[in-house]
Amino acid sequence: MMNNTRRGRLLAAVAVGALALSAAACGSDEPAPAAGASGAASAPAEKVEITLQTFGGGENFAYDDAVAAWNASHPNIQVKYVNLTDRFEDTYLPQVLQWLEAGSGAGDVIAMDEGAMGLMSARPQYFADLSQYGLDSRKADFPEYKWNTGVNKDGKLYALGTDIGGMAMCYRTDLFKQAGLPTSRDEVSALWPDWNAYLETGKKFKAALPKVGFVDGANTVYNSVLAQEAGKNGGQVYFDQNQTLIVDKNPGVKAAFDYVQTLSTAGLTAKLRSWTEEWNTAMQKGGFATMGCPSWMLGVISGTSGDANKGNWDVAAVPGASGNWGGSWLMVPSQSKHPKEAAEVLNYLTGKDGQVAAFKEGGNFPSSLPAQQDPAVADAKNAYFNDAPSGPIFAASVAQLSPVFFGEKHAQVKAAVEEVLVGADQGSVKWADAWTRFVEEGVKAAG
Amino acid sequence: MSLDVDAGHRTRMLPSNQRRHARPPGPRRLLSWLDLRAAPYFFVSPYFVLFAIFGIFPLIFTLWVSLHDWQLAGDKTFIGMENYTELLADDKFWNSVVNTVGIFMIATVPQLLLALLLANALNKKLRGRLVLRLSVLAPLITSVVAVAVVFTQLYGRDYGLVNWLLSLFGVDAIHWQNEKWTSWVAIATMVDWRWTGYNAIIYLAAMQTIPKDLYEAAAIDGASPRRQFWGITVPLLKPTIIFTVIVSTIGGFTLFAEPVMFGAGLMTGGTTGQFQTVAMFIVKEGFRDFQYGYAAAAAWILFLLILISALINFALVRGLGRSR
Repeated sequence: MMNNTRRGRLLAAVAVGALALSAAACGSDEPAPAAGASGAASAPAEKVEITLQTFGGGENFAYDDAVAAWNASHPNIQVKYVNLTDRFEDTYLPQVLQWLEAGSGAGDVIAMDEGAMGLMSARPQYFADLSQYGLDSRKADFPEYKWNTGVNKDGKLYALGTDIGGMAMCYRTDLFKQAGLPTSRDEVSALWPDWNAYLETGKKFKAALPKVGFVDGANTVYNSVLAQEAGKNGGQVYFDQNQTLIVDKNPGVKAAFDYVQTLSTAGLTAKLRSWTEEWNTAMQKGGFATMGCPSWMLGVISGTSGDANKGNWDVAAVPGASGNWGGSWLMVPSQSKHPKEAAEVLNYLTGKDGQVAAFKEGGNFPSSLPAQQDPAVADAKNAYFNDAPSGPIFAASVAQLSPVFFGEKHAQVKAAVEEVLVGADQGSVKWADAWTRFVEEGVKAAG
Repeated sequence: MSLDVDAGHRTRMLPSNQRRHARPPGPRRLLSWLDLRAAPYFFVSPYFVLFAIFGIFPLIFTLWVSLHDWQLAGDKTFIGMENYTELLADDKFWNSVVNTVGIFMIATVPQLLLALLLANALNKKLRGRLVLRLSVLAPLITSVVAVAVVFTQLYGRDYGLVNWLLSLFGVDAIHWQNEKWTSWVAIATMVDWRWTGYNAIIYLAAMQTIPKDLYEAAAIDGASPRRQFWGITVPLLKPTIIFTVIVSTIGGFTLFAEPVMFGAGLMTGGTTGQFQTVAMFIVKEGFRDFQYGYAAAAAWILFLLILISALINFALVRGLGRSR
């Protein structure tokens, strides 16, 4: 799941809440002591109810089938599945933080979006150590990136991955044809083995179709380059492992910034911001030719572009062949009264069966390697995208993905610096001042 | 009138009460005391109890929070006025104040003038007057978000209707979100679309209480309709105008939904905060960055700003029409 997909929904209902700020801040008690391993016996003698809390609109975590299957075969551990809200950032996260702080209210298993993982791993006191329940044996099931993000600052395993975005490059076959570029996905992937080749392809495209953007905007390209560069720099992005801000010192950040600047000043972006009406319309009307595409973006494109564009979109590999945007984790709050049973449920949902069920129900791409190899995932084809074999494409993009360290304020710094990047692309910030401002905004957001 | 008679009856009962002073105090006396003295307070108390819970308590608690470095699910340390001193030196906060005041000015002044003229026109004898009056109010019953979504599409950079119209006159496509003044104008039109009719109806209601003979007398004295408007209508509407100005001030200073929708649902209000209002600043600090203390301090300063500007506006409007 990715919170941005939901942010597009009409969001402003919070209006008056701005001033009722404090109403949300009640319950300042110290966190209750951890419930401890109350279930010492191997199987619960009596019936236990495990509450599972998730977020997301539409199919959200798509756990209906998986939970029904579990409940049918586990009469003594019944899962109560609650999808709290479709809005992660402004509703789910503040609510869960309040529950964690208050020491009650949170479910036995809760879901967390990638954007909040830096914050959560800096708060180890709120979560059960999953290795106590033997889940550290699952390491081989996950790409390194997904596994490492579930380890908190104390080095304890506290979360296991559910879905993962991965990264591909979606492109318009009709526009590529008009520009005299190849249209089959293998040939297109071969056009851009790296980001320089992508830039050169863009220049050719622009020479043929000067009025159409080669890429929608700055964001996905920036993040894909950054993820690949961060791998070369020990997996650090905006913070080092001591939570020190390194936005100005990390050569990977500068490299990604410079690449976007080159792309933008060459006039290859359509200067759009994701999740705006303009972006949607451009997607329908062919306002840009390529777009960084995590697996969940396929649904966004087909839903937005509509039947009229069926077959116009296709999926190729991303330059540099790896990247990720979005994805979630499950964790057990230490306030849970049945952490052992909760860990069992978590183990099931993040395991092969749970993830394959979620893929079948909602198309959430599994982060579990065995689930990725399941025929239901590996042989999946997307009809809207000319029957593109989406399973192998996204699996390849996360296989080589380097683990990245998320600082406590990663999400805030990321949001602030990307705002500068969008501004520079759109012209409200001059490129000459952009880097200085980029660093300044990062420093401010880190507080 | 029956009400008066009833009141008189009550006062006459009182002496008989006093006679009972001779008797030892008992439960009956207490009951009757409660009935006479406490019951009225009891009957009005629901409002005040609710107001205390949802009005006074949050206000005080916000003040308490604002004196702390208060992180959600994190540390809470008392830091006194530090949030306030930091806030007053924060150029992002002042940027949001400038935006809020700027949008308020370019939205409210034309809006109230337009509403006044509209009300004056609707006060005339017109065919289908009721339909016209109702249609003026129609934008108010559409949801703010719907209004904002439609207007944001109209102001689209690449495919928006406004830019298409401008292009007919050879104007280049404007990226409305990109500059301060263009974004302010766009948001101001959303606000005006929604609230002009509301204010017009309030003015219209007030206009209908103005006695006709004033206008007749003025007409006999040879005053033009224009002169009558400024000489009779506006001065007599003054209390109503003061009311609408204060309500608009409060609405303008807490402006939130329109700029949020205009900026794709983000709390940043544009890439460089071109249209981030104070309310958005508070939500961003509190619920995006989880700095509750800082956001609470900003909320209190906003409260004071509204108070001050409502007083300024009150003083300005009270002088209205005096020179004429």
